[in-house]
Amino acid sequence: MKFALFTGCVAKGATRELMLSTIKSAEGLGIEFIEMKSAACCGAGVVSEKNPLLADALNARSIAIAEEQDLDLVTICSTCQGILKKTESHVDSDPSYKKKVNNVLEEGGHHYAGGKIKIQHFANVLGTEEGLKLLRDKVKRPLTGLKTAAFYGCYVLRPSGLSLYEDPDNPTGMEEIFEILGATPVYYDSRTKCCGFPIIMMNKNASHDMAGNALIDAIDSGADCVVTGCPLCHLSLDAYQPEIDRMNKKGCSIPILHLPQLVALALGYSPQELGMDKHIISTARLDKILA
Amino acid sequence: MIITFKIKRYNPEKQGEAYFEDFKLDVQEDLTLLDCMNEIKWTLDGSLTYRMSCRSAICGSCAVKANGHATLACQRQATHLVKGDTIVLEPLGNMKPIKDLAVDFEPFWEKINKVSPYLQPKQKAPEKERVQSPEQFSLIDDSSTCIMCGSCHSDCNVLEVDEDFLGPAALAKAQRFVQDSRDGKTLERVKNLSKPGGIWDCTHCGECVERCPKPARPFDRIKEIMTVALEQGVTNNNGARHALSFTKSVKSSGRLNENIIPVESVGFFNFRGLFDLLPVGLRMLFKGKNPPVLHKSIDEVEDVKRIYMELDE
Repeated sequence: MKFALFTGCVAKGATRELMLSTIKSAEGLGIEFIEMKSAACCGAGVVSEKNPLLADALNARSIAIAEEQDLDLVTICSTCQGILKKTESHVDSDPSYKKKVNNVLEEGGHHYAGGKIKIQHFANVLGTEEGLKLLRDKVKRPLTGLKTAAFYGCYVLRPSGLSLYEDPDNPTGMEEIFEILGATPVYYDSRTKCCGFPIIMMNKNASHDMAGNALIDAIDSGADCVVTGCPLCHLSLDAYQPEIDRMNKKGCSIPILHLPQLVALALGYSPQELGMDKHIISTARLDKILA
Repeated sequence: MIITFKIKRYNPEKQGEAYFEDFKLDVQEDLTLLDCMNEIKWTLDGSLTYRMSCRSAICGSCAVKANGHATLACQRQATHLVKGDTIVLEPLGNMKPIKDLAVDFEPFWEKINKVSPYLQPKQKAPEKERVQSPEQFSLIDDSSTCIMCGSCHSDCNVLEVDEDFLGPAALAKAQRFVQDSRDGKTLERVKNLSKPGGIWDCTHCGECVERCPKPARPFDRIKEIMTVALEQGVTNNNGARHALSFTKSVKSSGRLNENIIPVESVGFFNFRGLFDLLPVGLRMLFKGKNPPVLHKSIDEVEDVKRIYMELDE
């Protein structure tokens, strides 16, 4: 399996452990990732607030780069995934808009064809028959006894028309992966909700409340850790957890893992190799469960 | 097929706590959820309370939560909603239940009223009608389809934690006037909508788009207001500063500069805001989790800059 890897900005910035663990997962599974070093930021739905055409042009350019390599594009961030799919849908659904976007790209030597390659989140790749078989064959250290709560990230679920999950209101893709890794998935209502990160600069209390409600829901459902497919959710749930914990009378301390960290743990990598010591909330309590 | 309707019952005159009651129905393929609710009321329990009227997805009365998500009961076939052999019915969220599936819409209407949902024309009324071109109308066509069913309001993730948020229905309604070519209060409207509780408090969760039974798609409309607010120069708030800083960052390096954006978003002279950023910043620094100080550009960043130039950004 060979893919063009759209890393997104946060995996190269505040959550470098996501990048690290993605590389380790790919290495352990024998998946080849070609990093898209000239792809621009997806804009996270923020650049489009300023200028929708600009956001679509930047993203069509990124998709075109993968098309030129004749490789399906893989994201490791729910936000990047959703935003790239939105551009794909905007541009593909309107031939005159597509022409307009391609006119912008032309001078840079790129052309967005559309429909040539797939845009998938890493979780979707692992959730294919081939991905699941790879996981089954390569698991060295089953995560027996670990209760894992998936936190999907809004952009891979909504709008449902652009989601790669069969039932975006009740997705099971991440939980299927957990089971193959030997972990026990925990189902809880908040797993498809918003982490609050997009408004952390505008309405901090509401943002932390959203994250706190999700964490409490996961803890009440018996989870040992929350596993997310989105580094922005990770920042909201992990980096800001001390503030969230203080805001909640009940307390809500729980480790937050990136999906590739969980995968690579089961492939036999150590927590240090996966940057788990970089988390704000210590993951040490998981060592005891996995010992 | 036999479907069990697990319905949340509530009657404060009889009992303070809500409870679930099961009703079994033999449901034909073509029956809507509302048909089933009517069948339960007419044949099994006449006291079951909910709102309904047109049965044609026009009046917006019959929205309820089915299996945890708001939906217009007359627009969905029951057999498409069933999970296993059950449909769980609850009142809409983010509003106070009055009885069974009927909720108090008063706070919803208060929010709609807050956005001045009426035309405030540029000029005095002409003798004949005010003409709009198809292009001008297309800007407000989608939001005009809103039937005020409350589905978006019910499932909004922000309203769940902050009742001061105007919410998706009111903001979609606001867009209908912000972008109306005949309206004369655009600047005043976007100034009001940029205040706390307005457009920039939307968390992009997409629930409102997902639950909207019409093409109104509130989140898409909220983004349109954001664009107008920035065009109109209404930028003295964290949301607008965040959008501008983000866009500038991608222009200069092709990537997000996570060290700069929080500072530019709260504003250089907002000492309280900057102070609030300190704990998380220091925490990340201590763990070696802070974004690299030397911010690297993507390869071929010149092409990204060229695209910005070409689009006058």
